[in-house]
Amino acid sequence: MLTKALLGIALLGLAGGAAANPYEHRLANGMKVIVKEDRRAPVVVSQIWYRAGSMDEQNGTTGVAHVLEHMMFKGTPKVPAGQFSKIIAEAGGRENAFTNRDYTAYFQQLKTDKLPLAFKLEADRMENLVLTEQEFAKEIQVVMEERRMRTDDKPQALVFEQLNAAALSAHPYRHPVIGWMDDLENMRVEDARAWYQRWYAPNNATLVVVGDVQHEEVFKLAQTHFGPLKAHPLPARKPQQEPQQRGIKRVLVKAQAKLPYIALAYRVPVLQDVSQDIEPYALEILSGVLDGHAAARLNQALVRESRLATDVGAGYGAISRGPGLFLIEATPSEGQNVLDLEQGIRQEIARVQREGISAEELQRVKAQVVAAQVYQRDSMFYQGMLIGQMESTGLSWRDEKVMLERLNAVTAEQVQAVAQKYLQDDGLTLATLDPQPMEAKRPTQNSVGGRHAH
Amino acid sequence: MLTKLTTSLLGGLVYFLASAAHAALPIQHWQTASGAQVYFVESRGLPLLDVSVEFDAGARRDAPAQAGLASLTARTLSLGASGLPEETISRRLADVGAQLAASFEPDRAGMTLRTLSSERERNQSLDLLARVLQQPDFPESAIEREKARTIAGLKEESTQPGPIGEKAFYAALYGAHPYGLPGTGKIETLTTLQRQDVAAFYRRHYVVEAAVISLVGDVSRAQAETIAEQLSAGLPRATAPLPALPVIAPPARGETLRIPHPASQSHILLGTPGMSRNDPDYFALYLGNYILGGGGFASRLTDEVREKRGLAYSVYSYFLPLAQPGPFQIGLQTKQEQSQQALDIVRTTLTRFVTEGPTQDELRRAKQNIGGGFPLRIDSNKKILGYLGLIGFYQLPLNYLDDFANKVDKVTLADVKDAFKRRIDPESMVTVIVGGDGEK
Repeated sequence: MLTKALLGIALLGLAGGAAANPYEHRLANGMKVIVKEDRRAPVVVSQIWYRAGSMDEQNGTTGVAHVLEHMMFKGTPKVPAGQFSKIIAEAGGRENAFTNRDYTAYFQQLKTDKLPLAFKLEADRMENLVLTEQEFAKEIQVVMEERRMRTDDKPQALVFEQLNAAALSAHPYRHPVIGWMDDLENMRVEDARAWYQRWYAPNNATLVVVGDVQHEEVFKLAQTHFGPLKAHPLPARKPQQEPQQRGIKRVLVKAQAKLPYIALAYRVPVLQDVSQDIEPYALEILSGVLDGHAAARLNQALVRESRLATDVGAGYGAISRGPGLFLIEATPSEGQNVLDLEQGIRQEIARVQREGISAEELQRVKAQVVAAQVYQRDSMFYQGMLIGQMESTGLSWRDEKVMLERLNAVTAEQVQAVAQKYLQDDGLTLATLDPQPMEAKRPTQNSVGGRHAH
Repeated sequence: MLTKLTTSLLGGLVYFLASAAHAALPIQHWQTASGAQVYFVESRGLPLLDVSVEFDAGARRDAPAQAGLASLTARTLSLGASGLPEETISRRLADVGAQLAASFEPDRAGMTLRTLSSERERNQSLDLLARVLQQPDFPESAIEREKARTIAGLKEESTQPGPIGEKAFYAALYGAHPYGLPGTGKIETLTTLQRQDVAAFYRRHYVVEAAVISLVGDVSRAQAETIAEQLSAGLPRATAPLPALPVIAPPARGETLRIPHPASQSHILLGTPGMSRNDPDYFALYLGNYILGGGGFASRLTDEVREKRGLAYSVYSYFLPLAQPGPFQIGLQTKQEQSQQALDIVRTTLTRFVTEGPTQDELRRAKQNIGGGFPLRIDSNKKILGYLGLIGFYQLPLNYLDDFANKVDKVTLADVKDAFKRRIDPESMVTVIVGGDGEK
């Protein structure tokens, strides 16, 4: 449920091979192209990252970033609706897309010689997307089905959605990426069109290519296909800083389930200055100490020893355009109540605050960082993801070396200090799932999921 | 993170793509002194090593009264071994950044290790892998804890429409055959399992004669041989052959199960026992299913249900090829109120596909995807490791991958049509609908 953000920074990965790798180039229209040569197999992944995610949405149209992602497959004058995926499939490729709070990304994986096809199709839909009422009317239904599947019928997802909405009061991170159901029900094709016109431009995009390619050729190919696209001015982005939290917030979520569940979110900083910051790196290490492996503190204490929980996890992501949350989630064992489990989690936090962490624990987390560096290079797709995520959140792939050095320089004292400073009740939001018994029959059509007004 | 395709759809694809290939993969194969089969691909590009050791110890080896035993055994192997407590094992692995996990499927089970190939890291992690495979302690307390965790998970699942539907589907397809049992077990069977049951299951099934050791990565053949000896030398020996499993009878007639559930979406599954790994119709069914519902946005089911009508986010079909015929399954989730409409469209699409077969153009596109996409299927060590395990366990020829695309290419329109007609009878599908009030 929580992304195991363990070492999100660390996983960014050292460049493999030549020292100059990856290579970066900017087209005249402002589009950035980053190429990482990886010759291990005759394949390539091409990803285009738009710096527009759910955090750029306005109230009333939450979910539009993701709806547009779906609509991007609905055709241009040259490529009719649905053909994009079929053309890539026929070329032996795989393709997909994903929307996050910070960005929207589209990708194709192909044999290397098919790369021009991917560029041609992506460049076409960056400028020429046709958004019709008819296609929109069908696709918005698909998105609502997606929301039902991912959130409405998943008790823990509902808790997480409520946790997020309560933890933040001003920043748009408080809205779910998929959008609130009422906003989806009231969305119009004009909303998607406005979003497309506002954010889909070469000067708001980064093209990332990883694979068996020669970077200069990729730059030339990018110029051919994306070069002719016109830049346009992007709207100003307001900071929307969160006001200071003034005390613990608690949320109770009732949903049909068997087991309770709790999730804690502490307000914490994210990376701003890669070479000067200390705290985000210390928080990354802290999440590794708490939940980096099977014998890390939370699992060892709460699942294996006291058996208060059947599952427990912690997560933190330092790379983010918006405010940071340090997350902990847990499911109590049968016969254990949620309050005792909450106490158990708090005791583990207090132990770090009081006693700090051992040199051995610190070293163990760093060893995992080093290994993760190598492991991530086994996947071209993942290498591209890491570059794209950094670029889309205002960092550069060039920062990764410094970030790794900084991460490796974190001391036990710094880890203890961030635990003391940030894992405090005044910055805490706590959401609890209160499981409701299943009703065998649905009394009326609208009684379940009463949120659905229609 | 949201994706345009669902995991279940991708999951469906994976089952299929998991076998396609047409370029040479230099697989080395030998047997250890103690009789384990070894499959090795040397790959020097990155300083890492991936290893799996698998046995005939999957869910199919569960007796109905002890459902969940095979899974419990796989999950508790690493929770204490050769006197080392679980905490020490976990820490020693983490100290060298190694990742050790149990693997568990209907037919096979074992352990998978990913480690750095540098000497200290490799030696320390392989030493731990050998200990958990050869000298698991199955501490009483760890067994009890894992039982309790599994039971809690099953209770939670008993409220969720997805797992409810899957369990009913497998039970209806396979009846008393172990493929019909839930792999993680049932609350009533798990409660009865004891430490000695786990230990006995281990001794009976984690035997060297059945071991398939797969290695991919940054070691030489000589090093790989040493590692394989180290991993296999202390494994238990088989005392008697494992019993033959019952034959799977195709269902004589269709059956529709409606299970009430208050969720906003109904979960719908249709299917029948499908094909085995060595099935003579394997390639025709594989190719045909890509067109029917395996090929994502290139498939008929997605086109009819999602693209034309907006009725579901995810709709798919797949064959899960196992030692014996694994399921053919079509699945989707849709708003409860429109579940009958969606089901009707799925049935019509299936019936038309079986009756008329695919078009020549669809067949050509499918072949181009499967053939042209081959290099993507072996573009990482992790993917190659998966194929080695598959080839080893199911005793597929070493040139299986090299030959795959040729075999796909030779399939004709008539072959696909004929295979689907003989194997998939739309009238005798099992249908499970979880959702609504249980009435039509």
